[in-house]
Amino acid sequence: MTLTLRACALLAAGLCHPVGAAPPSDRPQPLKSGVEFTGPDVRALQQDDIANPGMLWVEHGAQLWREAAGAQGKSCESCHGDASASMRGVATRYPLLDPGSARLINLEGRIMQCRERRQRAEPLRYESDELLALTAFVATQSRGMPKDVKVDWQVRRNFEAGRALYYRRIGQMNLACVNCHQENWGKQLGPETISQGHGVAYPIYRLEWQTLGSLQRRFRSCLSGVRAEMLPYGSPEFLDLELYLAWRAQGMPVETPGVRR
Amino acid sequence: MAGTTRSRRKFLARVAALLALPAAAPRAARAQENTVDAMVRKLTAGAQITPGRVKLDLPALAENGNSVGLKVSIDSPMSATDFVRSIHLYAEKNPRPNIANFFLGPRSGRAQVVTRVRLAGTQNVLAIAALSDGSFWSDTAEVTVTNSACYDGS
Amino acid sequence: MTARVQVPRAARRGQPVEIRIAIQHPMETGFRRDDAGREIPKNVINRFVCRYDGVEVFRAEMGSGVAANPYLDFYTLADVSGELVFDWVDDEGKTGSERVPLVVSG
Repeated sequence: MTLTLRACALLAAGLCHPVGAAPPSDRPQPLKSGVEFTGPDVRALQQDDIANPGMLWVEHGAQLWREAAGAQGKSCESCHGDASASMRGVATRYPLLDPGSARLINLEGRIMQCRERRQRAEPLRYESDELLALTAFVATQSRGMPKDVKVDWQVRRNFEAGRALYYRRIGQMNLACVNCHQENWGKQLGPETISQGHGVAYPIYRLEWQTLGSLQRRFRSCLSGVRAEMLPYGSPEFLDLELYLAWRAQGMPVETPGVRR
Repeated sequence: MAGTTRSRRKFLARVAALLALPAAAPRAARAQENTVDAMVRKLTAGAQITPGRVKLDLPALAENGNSVGLKVSIDSPMSATDFVRSIHLYAEKNPRPNIANFFLGPRSGRAQVVTRVRLAGTQNVLAIAALSDGSFWSDTAEVTVTNSACYDGS
Repeated sequence: MTARVQVPRAARRGQPVEIRIAIQHPMETGFRRDDAGREIPKNVINRFVCRYDGVEVFRAEMGSGVAANPYLDFYTLADVSGELVFDWVDDEGKTGSERVPLVVSG
């Protein structure tokens, strides 16, 4: 796959300019949550904490938080105490650079890492009920708080790679993320209104999936949608893209658990 | 749209005419067992169903057939002597048309249930209420169900 | 099975009380196939009962036409202070249960 001319220009600009001084057209104006592009039924579902099916995973996550796991016999609570205090604001900062591995890590990754290395428990897999529940539970502790990722020289390459992918046409349909979510948000694609594609509500309960799902699952939905080569969960491309999206959504409140069609 | 109004009128006419349906041959009867007509006939034992007193609320346009909000309420005092015994929901095009049956009683306080249903495509949904006096009342709602814009192979 | 219930903490005697419950369950229709092409067997919560002070006040018999992670919102008449007990069972025979106290005054 070749880079488009525009992506090349952007990359070149990125090399010359400090990160963060991206062209203003990179971010939609005004910033709108995906919930604003759903119908009244779906919107009402998200706003109702009993009817919102995603809250079932948050509830499950709260139980898992207190459950001991692994050789150490420790629960998340053993180290982190009351999540509403210790996890408050955490989701606003992800993805970020994991100092230990010098790689980008998202919230799922951090939970998997804690589980494996600190609790010495069986690793959790992407889209497993347990990982979804814990991720949703932790992310919900930041509900309403503005997304605030740090995009500095340490993650510059990840940011540039994420942005390049965002602008790259891929798949049989030869579409880039930007074609729908930047250039045509608010317009109709079949029966649906295209959102700005921010990702601040994840993990979300997607009616199409009939279950809660991660942001990377949504990326995979889009990849299959444009008939592009599928990438596995945890791909570095996905992490880079998560960082770019988080930067693009800077200042938007975390909405987890979102409900989408 | 003229087409949908016609299909709705046809559906309503079928519901109203259930009493007039002729007895079916055994093999044909088995084939018909899975239809709304057959199920409703079994429920009412041929008694008349009157449209009214029941209010079935569904969005006119469902964003996804996997989960559609549904509210059914019946105008009833829900007293010890005058109450709704049960509510029966049918989706004519679903592979299993009888979605759910709810059983209420004089201790219910209000004859209203809200739930979320699966609808296999654009169709009419029928709600029948069986009252304590043996009467049956109904309402229908037409729902347009759209498919996802993009194929999701996640 | 994870479930979330909402019931008002207190009610006045003779007042209809709104009960809302959501239960985590796939409500597997039996029409889906897995990645290997095998049929995923049907498994839905087929029966849900609410008892108030030991007496059944609401029952739902459900099929695959009820959406995944079933949600029910129904009413009961506030009578005596007592427990609302919710019980449900799926096609595999797995059961779930929740209980919530209801305080009734007047």
